[in-house]
Amino acid sequence: MVVVSEVFKSLFEGFGVSLEIFALTLLFAIPLGLVISFGSMSKFKPLKYFVKFIVWIIRGTPLMLQLIIIFYGPGLLATWAANSGSANPAILWMSSWQVMDRFLAVIVSFVINYACYFSEIFRGGIEGIPKGQYEAGQVLGMTKTQTFFKVVLMQVVKRIIPPMSNEIITLVKDTSLARVISVYELIWAGQTFIKSSGILWPLLATGIFYLAFNGILTIVFGKIEKKLDYYKN
Amino acid sequence: MSILEVKDLKKSFGKTEVLKGVSFELNEGEVLSIIGSSGSGKTTILRCINQLETADSGYISVDGVVFFDGNQHKENAAEKRKRQLLVGLVFQEFHLFPQYNVLDNVTLAAKLLAKERADYKENKKEIFADIESKAKEILAKVGLSEKLGNYPCELSGGQKQRVSIARALMLEPKILFFDEPTSALDPELTGEILKVIKSLAEDKVTMVIVTHEMSFAKAVSSKVIFMDNGVIEEAGTPEEVFDNPKSERTKAFISKFDD
Ligand SMILES: Nc1ncnc2c1ncn2[C@@H]1O[C@H](COP(=O)(O)OP(=O)(O)O)[C@@H](O)[C@H]1O
Ligand SMILES: [Mg+2]
Repeated sequence: MVVVSEVFKSLFEGFGVSLEIFALTLLFAIPLGLVISFGSMSKFKPLKYFVKFIVWIIRGTPLMLQLIIIFYGPGLLATWAANSGSANPAILWMSSWQVMDRFLAVIVSFVINYACYFSEIFRGGIEGIPKGQYEAGQVLGMTKTQTFFKVVLMQVVKRIIPPMSNEIITLVKDTSLARVISVYELIWAGQTFIKSSGILWPLLATGIFYLAFNGILTIVFGKIEKKLDYYKN
Repeated sequence: MSILEVKDLKKSFGKTEVLKGVSFELNEGEVLSIIGSSGSGKTTILRCINQLETADSGYISVDGVVFFDGNQHKENAAEKRKRQLLVGLVFQEFHLFPQYNVLDNVTLAAKLLAKERADYKENKKEIFADIESKAKEILAKVGLSEKLGNYPCELSGGQKQRVSIARALMLEPKILFFDEPTSALDPELTGEILKVIKSLAEDKVTMVIVTHEMSFAKAVSSKVIFMDNGVIEEAGTPEEVFDNPKSERTKAFISKFDD
């Protein structure tokens, strides 16, 4: 007989890892997304199209596939490099690559994937600000920096809160994909009890964690939206 | 002594020649109205003078400061900004800052500018208090004392445009430009804007007004320019242009408004 408290201890442990993936992804994907969005709006055409191409690939393929490629990719390349017998220093160096740490692979692929999604949201938000706002700032003698931070930024934030909250809620659920490359997280924590004790309810109980956490996020984003509701763009 | 000099201004967008050599002058305290059909280049003139577009050739100076002399200088942001403060522009579509209330819309630029004062740190409180009381004075003049705490989305079109006029006046530009300030408004709201501009004219504010309000232009202007297809077809006093137009095109244009 498994004790309920034992099950929940495991589930909380797994949930801790899920939260870690969630928090680290947000922490790095938001600034990287901003950089990518600037790239995709660049006046330098080659950069712009390169960035758009990358974003297209990342958004057009499953995160699960990206996860697998990032995790296994370096190891496979190293094997290939070692077998090629080439004396090329780059290939020699490649042959020394190790299989990536599982958790690191999760963070890297999640950050890249979400940064691309965020970048499109940021781009939409920034491009949606009417040109007149920038021109009004300029005509009033504000610098470009002042116009961006004092006039434009707040309006961008207001515009991107709803799509960002959607993506962030999706991210909470996507953390379960880490299971695919055997990173222990919430789903796995629940699943182990099927084999070890022949019970299914712990796996079902993981749903409560996702629901509760997303419930909190929904309330938080709702509050922010309401706070910015005092004006209309 | 003219406070605004524009000489042989030319500007093309791609293959479209929008300004084909426009020259005029304006003295301090005068009001110039620019009339003409849509697409004749009126907005482009204002945008070139207000540094929102760069002309292709010609010459522009404001209060003795050269804004443009046909040479493609390397753009110096600080100097451009210094010139910018000599002129003010009121847009057809207001372009108020939606996240700020009326008072903050009017004070924002002045407060940011005050940061550059040497005594900003010590006297910040007094400086901001001065800016706010000046803004309230201007807002009282345009009849918006009751709306200081309201956001743009809570105002009528006429009120928005009055805020945007106050916002431009706050920086005390040498010349204030208006690009069809009443064209985005319901007809019953144009009167309140024209009244404000008239009172500015009485205070001897130098202004350039692009407008389709012919009787208003006639009443308020010291000078009128009729633009047609990128050139000044006719220029003169309001009496000359409206009552005795020499050009057939001017006659035809003005007769459209006779009712
Ligand atoms: N940024 C631009 N790019 C291309 N064409 C423009 C641009 N701005 C204005 N134009 C063109 O220049 C002409 C004159 O425009 P404008 O100065 O706005 O005229 P007006 O204010 O007298 O109606 C129009 O044909 C317009 O389509
Ligand atoms: Mg126009």
